[in-house]
Amino acid sequence: MISRREFLQASVAASAILGASGIGNWSRLAAQQVLTQDQLLQFDDFGNVTLIHITDIHAQLKPIWFREPEINIGVGEARGKPPHVTGADFVKMFNLQPASPEAYALTYEDFAALGKTYGKMGGLDRVATVVKAIRAARPDSILLDGGDTWHGSMTSLLTKGQDMVNVMNKLGVEAMTSHWEWTYGTQRVKEIVDTLPFPFLGANIFDAEWDEPAFDPYKMFEKGGVKVAVIGQAFPYMPIANPKWMFPEYSFGIRQERMQEMVDEVRAKGAELVVCLSHNGFDVDRKMAAQVQGIDVILTGHTHDAIPEPVLVGQTILIASGSNGKFVSRVDLDVRDGKMMGFRHKLIPIFSDVITPDAEMAAVIDGEREPFKAQLEEEIGTTESLLYRRGNFNGTWDDLICDAVRSERDAQIAMSPGVRWGPSVMPGEAITREDIHNATSMTYGQVYRTEMTGETINTILEDVADNLFNTDPYYQQGGDMVRVGGLGYHIDVSQKIGARISNMTLLATGEAIDASKSYTVAGWASVNEGTEGPQIWDVLESHIRKIGTVKIEPNTSVVVTGA
Amino acid sequence: MKLSRREAIALGFGSVAATLLPMPVLADAAEDAISAFTGGAAVGTAGVTLTAPEIAENGNTVPVSVNAPGASAIMLLATGNPTPAVATFKFGPAAGSQNAATRIRLAKTQKVVAIAKLADGTFAQAESTVKVTIGGCGG
Repeated sequence: MISRREFLQASVAASAILGASGIGNWSRLAAQQVLTQDQLLQFDDFGNVTLIHITDIHAQLKPIWFREPEINIGVGEARGKPPHVTGADFVKMFNLQPASPEAYALTYEDFAALGKTYGKMGGLDRVATVVKAIRAARPDSILLDGGDTWHGSMTSLLTKGQDMVNVMNKLGVEAMTSHWEWTYGTQRVKEIVDTLPFPFLGANIFDAEWDEPAFDPYKMFEKGGVKVAVIGQAFPYMPIANPKWMFPEYSFGIRQERMQEMVDEVRAKGAELVVCLSHNGFDVDRKMAAQVQGIDVILTGHTHDAIPEPVLVGQTILIASGSNGKFVSRVDLDVRDGKMMGFRHKLIPIFSDVITPDAEMAAVIDGEREPFKAQLEEEIGTTESLLYRRGNFNGTWDDLICDAVRSERDAQIAMSPGVRWGPSVMPGEAITREDIHNATSMTYGQVYRTEMTGETINTILEDVADNLFNTDPYYQQGGDMVRVGGLGYHIDVSQKIGARISNMTLLATGEAIDASKSYTVAGWASVNEGTEGPQIWDVLESHIRKIGTVKIEPNTSVVVTGA
Repeated sequence: MKLSRREAIALGFGSVAATLLPMPVLADAAEDAISAFTGGAAVGTAGVTLTAPEIAENGNTVPVSVNAPGASAIMLLATGNPTPAVATFKFGPAAGSQNAATRIRLAKTQKVVAIAKLADGTFAQAESTVKVTIGGCGG
């Protein structure tokens, strides 16, 4: 991360120095203590091409609460750099005002209290208003979707992603890439892709048998007289992090050399601006930006980071647009003589009470939800505590889920996946069935129950920790640490695989976990085919009904060092 | 920690830690194979490219390719396998290019190494760590 001053002075192309982000506008907002739609959208048009980026919506059609992470540790060269800066440090780094709308949108502190002031964020009807406004100002814009779009809600699960496809088509997406889309299985993905009015890009998606490219790698656009190439990069670790038996025909991977080939190919075809629409995750993209020559803009995704200023790597700008519909990025670019000469950027926060919903889109969304309305809105219980997930270790949603899994499946230890999706529920609110699905919805939600030795449990924790804390980003898969219930441990994130985890303790008795002893373990989201058990949302619903009111006590069972 | 082959084996497999120790033994086997291939000559780094995934999608069949323009032979080793030797590709004077691609089985996370005998008779080495993981829990 370069300093703010360096950033503003940084030259993308030597001849013209102009880089500006929307952060200044936000600061003015805070000073005025007022939010209006005009101010949120205020942008001095710049250059000749505009990119509009939204990513990791996770099927959130309606406005949501989403608490950003408190713990988001960076290792190796990423240590202390965005997005591995949280809370007060983030506020300071980006020169925000504490308790301001932007601090509420981008950080975790006082989330429940500030939420009362600033309200929910997101909602694709609000996003539609923003997209329409940008297009009105800039007809030569390109709307790009970074993927993780079709998954994450009860309605998307029940319609196999169709609700999101209909809404995104209405929004007018011009290209997308993918990750959780694949968890509907190859057949469903192909069925949808055949109907899409835009390309489903993935330069790194290969036929598994012949190791040959299987999907369109890029799309060439001509906008404002400029040839723009958008290269898609799907989530690289699809068959490792998600069940590969659901899409056995395909192989993924980072395939850096393939990305370089594609950049060279589009340049040879006359591309004056090269954009990578990526689902690599931020740290992987930061490394790829340094390794692959000739990418002007990487629209990052997967790790759900919202960064108010572009991060510059060499002459490539990285844009991080958050998740769950909370933000839309607008990037105006000046492209001349086959070069990106400058940029202006704004991470537009979608404050749902400030931005007027687009009436047409609101009707489409309501239409998609109508058949399921009664199921979605049924209140299962209430919560006294803020329920959230995002962060490197257990959030309160995870604690509740682990309690449910252990109690309903009668297990000593629970494991819950460290996914980064799952909106929050505010203290005092009812927990609806929709809320439960938002935190658990998936096509492989069976809750297994099995026996594992202490050694196996240790191996799993070490393995997942290395996917998160390996100092080489290319070995990071972009999930957070596996969540555990009934088990305590210490983790030294600065160590290598095999040496990070220690002091594993069975919390019920306080005794140390014995490597050779067996324990009953229940969990969900197994990547193994044929996993049996009730669905996690049913397990969670049953548990919440029994307890009525949820109250999560502070969890100190994971001790983190080495950060 | 330095352990002789005998000491490492004597420790046995009674604990979790001990199973990690035989690595030096296997690395030795790989080094022996490299010495036999190069005849002990110095090995540079320029002139050979090894392409392998960072993380194996399936440890039983990992696609790996090597490329060394002008080379007469390229040896491929999986240093962490019980038998490190994978293949030695030989290219005659009429070969149109010096590329080879295959799939290999990797027992665990390890370095895959390619050593090429270049046109001028010198040797060059490239290596890549391929992680074999249990997976799951992705973002």
